[in-house]
Amino acid sequence: MEREENKIDVIVVGGGPAGISCAITIARAGKEVVLIERGKFSGSKNVFGGAIYAKPTREIFPDFEKSAPIERKTVEHKYAILGEEDATVVSYKNKKEEDAVSYSVIRGKFDKWMAEEAKKEGVYLVEETVVRELIVEDGYVKGVRTELEDYFSDIVILADGVNSLLAKQIGLRGELSPEDVALSVKEVIKLSPELINERFHVNNDEGCIYQIFGGPMLGMLGLGFMYTNKDSVSIGLGVTLSELIEKEIRPYDLLENLKKHPEIAPLVKDGELAEYSAHLIPEGGFKKVPILFGAGVMVCGDAAMFVNNLHWEGTNLAMISGKIAGETAVVALGKGDFSEHALSRYQEELENSFIMKDLRTYKDLMSGIQSRTSEFLGYYPKKINSFFEMFTTTDSIPKRQKYWDFIKSFFTDRSLSEIFKDFWAVVKLLWSILVR
Amino acid sequence: MSNLEDKLYTVKYTPDSESHLRPVDECCRVCKSKVCTKICPAGVYEWDEDKKKLIVNYENCLECGACRIACESSSLGWEYPKGNKGVTFKQG
Ligand SMILES: Cc1cc2nc3c(=O)[nH]c(=O)nc-3n(C[C@H](O)[C@H](O)[C@H](O)COP(=O)(O)OP(=O)(O)OC[C@H]3O[C@@H](n4cnc5c(N)ncnc54)[C@H](O)[C@@H]3O)c2cc1C
Ligand code: SF4
Ligand code: SF4
Repeated sequence: MEREENKIDVIVVGGGPAGISCAITIARAGKEVVLIERGKFSGSKNVFGGAIYAKPTREIFPDFEKSAPIERKTVEHKYAILGEEDATVVSYKNKKEEDAVSYSVIRGKFDKWMAEEAKKEGVYLVEETVVRELIVEDGYVKGVRTELEDYFSDIVILADGVNSLLAKQIGLRGELSPEDVALSVKEVIKLSPELINERFHVNNDEGCIYQIFGGPMLGMLGLGFMYTNKDSVSIGLGVTLSELIEKEIRPYDLLENLKKHPEIAPLVKDGELAEYSAHLIPEGGFKKVPILFGAGVMVCGDAAMFVNNLHWEGTNLAMISGKIAGETAVVALGKGDFSEHALSRYQEELENSFIMKDLRTYKDLMSGIQSRTSEFLGYYPKKINSFFEMFTTTDSIPKRQKYWDFIKSFFTDRSLSEIFKDFWAVVKLLWSILVR
Repeated sequence: MSNLEDKLYTVKYTPDSESHLRPVDECCRVCKSKVCTKICPAGVYEWDEDKKKLIVNYENCLECGACRIACESSSLGWEYPKGNKGVTFKQG
């Protein structure tokens, strides 16, 4: 009897961008859907850089710019290559009014807003509830077991984030290994809007994103980031877990050093720490994508490794994969068929979308860089800075001699065979991105 | 360390009365790296050399999952805290 009462069309586990987008898609098609979130509210367990992307977000929430809690519209992207003390910064600024690319947001506010919108459209939101395991009968996922009660459904969608203990439980993926994730730590630092505008050269409501290479992470597979919010700055970094383990480094020590770097320190000076946080980022990419569907079940978002590290894209892949899983669930409900075969539509649609295409494009990126981390993220970033040091120094040494000294240094710093290996790694990587 | 304390002071927690992190003592005793004590972003684990046992300050856990994946012998018992417990990020 209880089973009938607790039976709905679809259960979605995880109230992040993937789960919310999925649930709202199902509710909009007139089906019953329960969204289960373990935190006190959606967003309360979630951490990102970060910025959400305008176009993919509009696909789920067409008018979100009118009512969502947005911090600042991104008008500038900066790429900072940090040496030990020096820095080379490349910047791209675009102030065109009409096409916002991204907005900085605070997940504690933004995810909560998304979940409220989903509720308005008919999603049953169950918060403060952890799904402990999936209920599997006759080879079909039939429901979920929480601390308090069991819920049953025709389809369960796993949007439970990077750790996805549930995908692991039913064998859709094995255990993650330390190469497959980056551990990131972040601080939100309070600063007045006026100071932010001044230090980042933006107007009110305009924002700037920093992608940071090198510095305290020189020679490590790690990236730093900085985002401007209305009255705070988010600063953090992510380093591949295997690298932290091998080098026995505490992630927050790296962040402290990053905040002290001469390029960064003036930007956060005198700010007050509002919140410290940590989260994993999926890094395995295409090669580590789990099995994406089975009888009565689909996996989306971070749980499916859908992150494009080079571009800091994750929420967009989460939203769109959630939407596709939702659409597939609606089709399956229409036919009353929840078999593996029926749900294979999910994978087909993902293959047709940018999601699988982009993951394929970058399939060799991480392994390519991992094979020569100390060169690509250590030696060359330093070299870029030493080029500018040479170029800007005025010291009565003839310029031609300086150029030749710089060129020669490549061959005296390292052996020819090493240089050839770097060159070959770049060619292979470019080939895999552009062609194969 | 005091620096980490300042950071954790900014985090809102609703601690449970029991730990959601359960190291297996026999495994920890023979564990060479004690890597959980190094990489944890909240400094949750400390090695007690006298008792030959991990001290687990689970109340400080940020629920990232890194220790679970890093554990040398994959023996660390790890689950999410109960629904109304653990960390609540206001900013994220
Ligand atoms: C430091 C950092 C910076 C990033 N920067 C960016 C950026 O700038 N832009 C961008 O687009 N992406 C960024 N990303 C990636 C992005 O945050 C993720 O890809 C995105 O949040 C994935 O969404 P999701 O819904 O799949 O997972 P999540 O957002 O992790 O949501 C999963 C949800 O499931 C819940 N949950 C988990 N298990 C259970 C369970 N058993 N029962 C109930 N609920 C459960 C969790 O509480 C959580 O709310 C960043 C990530 C990190 C860590
Ligand atoms: S890494 Fe694992 S086995 Fe080693 S001390 Fe930590 S919990 Fe114990
Ligand atoms: S989950 Fe993260 S914060 Fe919690 S104990 Fe493990 S490593 Fe530390």
